[in-house]
Amino acid sequence: MSTAHQIKRGVSFYSYQEECFLKKMSLEDCVREAAAIGAFGVEVIPEQSMTGYPNPGDGFYRQWDEWMEKYGTTTIATDLFIDTKRYPGRVMTLDEMTESVRRDLDIAKRLGARHVRAIINTPPEVMEACASYAEQLELTLLLEVHAPFHYEHPWILRHLDVMHRLQSPALGFMPDMGTFVERFPRVMSERALRDGARSRFVDLAVETYNNRGDVHGLMDTFNYMGGNPVELGIARLSTFLTWNDPRVMLEHMPFIHHIQAKFYEMTDDGVEYSIPYDKIIPVLVEGGYDGYLSSEYEGNRHIQDVSEVDSVDQVRRQHRMFERLLGEEPMFHTAAAVGAGAIAEGDSNVR
Amino acid sequence: MFDKYIIVEDTLRNVAVGGEVTGFQLGVRLPYYRGLGLSMVEDIEVTLDGVTAPAESVSLTLHGNRYRLTDLPGIFDDRWEMGEVATVFVSKAGGLSNGEHTVAVRERLRISYMPVPGGGADQKTLSLQGTPL
Repeated sequence: MSTAHQIKRGVSFYSYQEECFLKKMSLEDCVREAAAIGAFGVEVIPEQSMTGYPNPGDGFYRQWDEWMEKYGTTTIATDLFIDTKRYPGRVMTLDEMTESVRRDLDIAKRLGARHVRAIINTPPEVMEACASYAEQLELTLLLEVHAPFHYEHPWILRHLDVMHRLQSPALGFMPDMGTFVERFPRVMSERALRDGARSRFVDLAVETYNNRGDVHGLMDTFNYMGGNPVELGIARLSTFLTWNDPRVMLEHMPFIHHIQAKFYEMTDDGVEYSIPYDKIIPVLVEGGYDGYLSSEYEGNRHIQDVSEVDSVDQVRRQHRMFERLLGEEPMFHTAAAVGAGAIAEGDSNVR
Repeated sequence: MFDKYIIVEDTLRNVAVGGEVTGFQLGVRLPYYRGLGLSMVEDIEVTLDGVTAPAESVSLTLHGNRYRLTDLPGIFDDRWEMGEVATVFVSKAGGLSNGEHTVAVRERLRISYMPVPGGGADQKTLSLQGTPL
């Protein structure tokens, strides 16, 4: 790609959840790895990575700042949740939700972040109530647009209303590239087969999805075909995945300040099996997007039953692809390339 | 998403108080990619060799605090971190016999943004470890 652009590479530590969950990677390991692949904008989920959330103590923030300095990284984004069902038997009031968001904005500020992911269930009223506080903190509060949501969804339209009405520099969107699943992720269909789904069900779900058929009709069809729970599960899954033309983002580009680069499987050919980044990135360039592509690896849960999860390698492969699509010089080795290099030392054909 | 990691290997033990075995315990995790406040842990169902323990006989120890399962809905000041191993105790006079046991744990979590109940289930065969704690 020869077009000039200002798109930068980052990684959300969501990507390393398998290794972090099993204590195979520490938080510092995540920061070090991000820096090693040139993903200098890091995104962190406080509720995942901050022991003692929401009050991890001053020591945690000091340590975090030291790591950012040491590895040359910056906190580009944090991700907030709202536990609207925290209290048994009732949903939080809007005031309680607003307080929850303000607390997470404070945490984001202390981590040095620029953008905050508002989870999809954040009500538009709460976004509105928090806009001026976010402005004050020089943060943006960005509603994630996550599959199966899309820009014409009634919930998103309510948010768009608020954004257009307020014209606050703090409010916007954080699109998840999982809304651009062009073909059914192989890691999901193969998992269903291993879990006991019969191939005629899986094939029908995959074909219906890939041919833009009526995925919402699959549930009834599978019921009548005598589907088992795994088969009904894959029918439901088909409706959670979405394909949209990435150009749908162009109209909303003024509100888009950060992108979660979801992926399920980087293949040996260096492409994402189901999400066509070669179609997405040119749209972002055309729209003048100047933020980060923040890796979100989510394949672990689909393969952990049969293979060792290697999130580091998967993220490296995605960044190798980003380098190619963004026109950057390769600056690191993928694990696969390191392995190949060790076997065929002296061979110049290293990926 | 982390169902297979709910039950922690090699953690099944009898528990004794004053020389008398009062039950058994094992280590469990949440099957989730972030931590969760305890008020949103709706159930931890423990089934041992096919027999499900009554909720009143189950308690959870986290950060040195012991909670009865039935009290969790009212706990707003403690949080189960991602990947953190909590201890589940099941009251059972005499505890477990030596040898292998089939342990199943089903956790139900109230996750606000999800349209369906969250949580997960795991089943493992564990050998009773060493002497009672």
